[in-house]
Amino acid sequence: MSAPLLEVTDLRKSYGAIRAVAGVSFEVRPGEIFGVIGPNGSGKTTMFNSVLGQIAPDAGAIRLKGADITGLSPLALNRRGVGRTFQTLQVFGRMSVRDNLLVAAQEHRGSMFSRMFAAPDSGLGARADALIDLFRIGHVADKPAGSLSYGQQKLVDIAMAFMSEPDLVLLDEPCAGVNPSLVGEIAALLRELNRSRGGSFVVIEHNMDFVMGLCHRVMVMVEGEVLAIGTPDAIRADRRVLDAYLGN
Amino acid sequence: MRTPLALAAGLAAAAALVALPHFLGRSGVYLLSYWVVFVVATMGLNLTVGYAGQKSLGHAAFFGIGAYTVAILMKAGLSFWLGLPLAALLCFASGIVVGFPALRVQAIYLAFATLGFNTAAWLFMRNEEWLTGGTFGIKDIARPSLFGVSFDGHRAYYYLCLAVAAILAALLYGLLRSPWGKAFTALRDNPIRAESLGVDVRGYTLLAFAIGAAYAGVAGALFAPLLEFIDPAPFSVGASIMMYLMVVVGGPGYFFGPMLGAAVGVVLPEWLRFAQDWYLFVFGAAVVLLMIWLPDGLLSIPGRLRARREARAASAARAAAAARLDGGGR
Repeated sequence: MSAPLLEVTDLRKSYGAIRAVAGVSFEVRPGEIFGVIGPNGSGKTTMFNSVLGQIAPDAGAIRLKGADITGLSPLALNRRGVGRTFQTLQVFGRMSVRDNLLVAAQEHRGSMFSRMFAAPDSGLGARADALIDLFRIGHVADKPAGSLSYGQQKLVDIAMAFMSEPDLVLLDEPCAGVNPSLVGEIAALLRELNRSRGGSFVVIEHNMDFVMGLCHRVMVMVEGEVLAIGTPDAIRADRRVLDAYLGN
Repeated sequence: MRTPLALAAGLAAAAALVALPHFLGRSGVYLLSYWVVFVVATMGLNLTVGYAGQKSLGHAAFFGIGAYTVAILMKAGLSFWLGLPLAALLCFASGIVVGFPALRVQAIYLAFATLGFNTAAWLFMRNEEWLTGGTFGIKDIARPSLFGVSFDGHRAYYYLCLAVAAILAALLYGLLRSPWGKAFTALRDNPIRAESLGVDVRGYTLLAFAIGAAYAGVAGALFAPLLEFIDPAPFSVGASIMMYLMVVVGGPGYFFGPMLGAAVGVVLPEWLRFAQDWYLFVFGAAVVLLMIWLPDGLLSIPGRLRARREARAASAARAAAAARLDGGGR
């Protein structure tokens, strides 16, 4: 078995007496789509934000490709090849769709000083166009992202996370507020990105069909702890998961 | 179609700016030069406020630092052409220092931090008489010459100001088209997302302040020889608020916003002098009304009209589709 891409060991985070994350451990393998599910308040987002440097964990270790990344800033993590999306839409509203994609990768090219004299597209035009084609947003590529429909903005938001060709992308509820036909489209896109680029993803999602149909393995969190980790079939059949979260 | 039109409009405006002094008297040319100086200052503030989204109420302090740098150096016998880049450099460095609070606080708190800086700088200009002349100021600041060409005359000095403004506008345009421009806009629209995409929020915040301050420094360096006298009065917090107003009225984040905003801030009060004691009231009321109807500034008008036109077209299309469906149902 190949070495894990991401290893999270005994991660803990409390807010006063509330243990939001209580000793969570898991690993994500190269090329794997890893799902995280659990009821509201189970600590998924706190775990996610601790991994992504948005909040500092109280204890535990996070390793990326064997290197300790615990407590690194979101900026440093991005430079090390970690992309992310947020629960809510986070596009740059007054910039065009194409510029949203360009800015999502330009900081990986050269030094800050050299970027002052770089071409407006930083030499990333072809890569942006490829993602625009893949996400089928070519007809709105020159429009301000803020003027698009919610679903279109969601696609832009997800495409931005892949623009710098990261090793690992963490997606926080990519289907939130999205209509059923677009849910299928997002799943197909992620499957294609996983297949063609060997990308590894961690996906938090409440849409069970989406998670079970897309992910190779799924982790269930309840009250800040890991209840189970396994294949979608194993998770569906796990009595503890059925009792605590999925129901019958 | 839009590019040739824009090019033609730009060329016509440039020709008008070159020709205009020949149709104006001394005071008219002075006012025009005054406007150009404020265009340079507010181009910098537009970068800090309009593009990078930082709140700054201390821009007049940089304007003053630029003006005093040139005035003091020229009084010490140094050339204006040495003073000008030194003023820009000193303001760039000051801008980095003033930008540090922006890494900790945002919005109104940042505005107050920069306002505090402006007050401190103004008090320094007023109280340190040995250096700045205090309230008596520095007088007889000579206008420069270059390679035997004197800029002493009011028209010649206007053209010098215009040339400097054109060069700085071209530089800013290039900067905004470069990846830096996108990074500044990302910083304004959503700093958390920007950082998650690898944008060095700290670095770009400091740069936005520093470059904006350098523009104010150059404007100040042009301002001192324009008036041939400086005292602390034009560099107070009130002046910073006025510059902020110019950016907001013109349209923050619009390249030509400062040109329009500075015209409103500099020229409109002169036109309103016929109102005598009421002119400040009329000016203030005009600004209040403008902010109510056009919070994104005058240059947002074309975009608003376009959005309204598109909304009307979309409504008409929906109505037509509904009518077709109704017709089909029967």
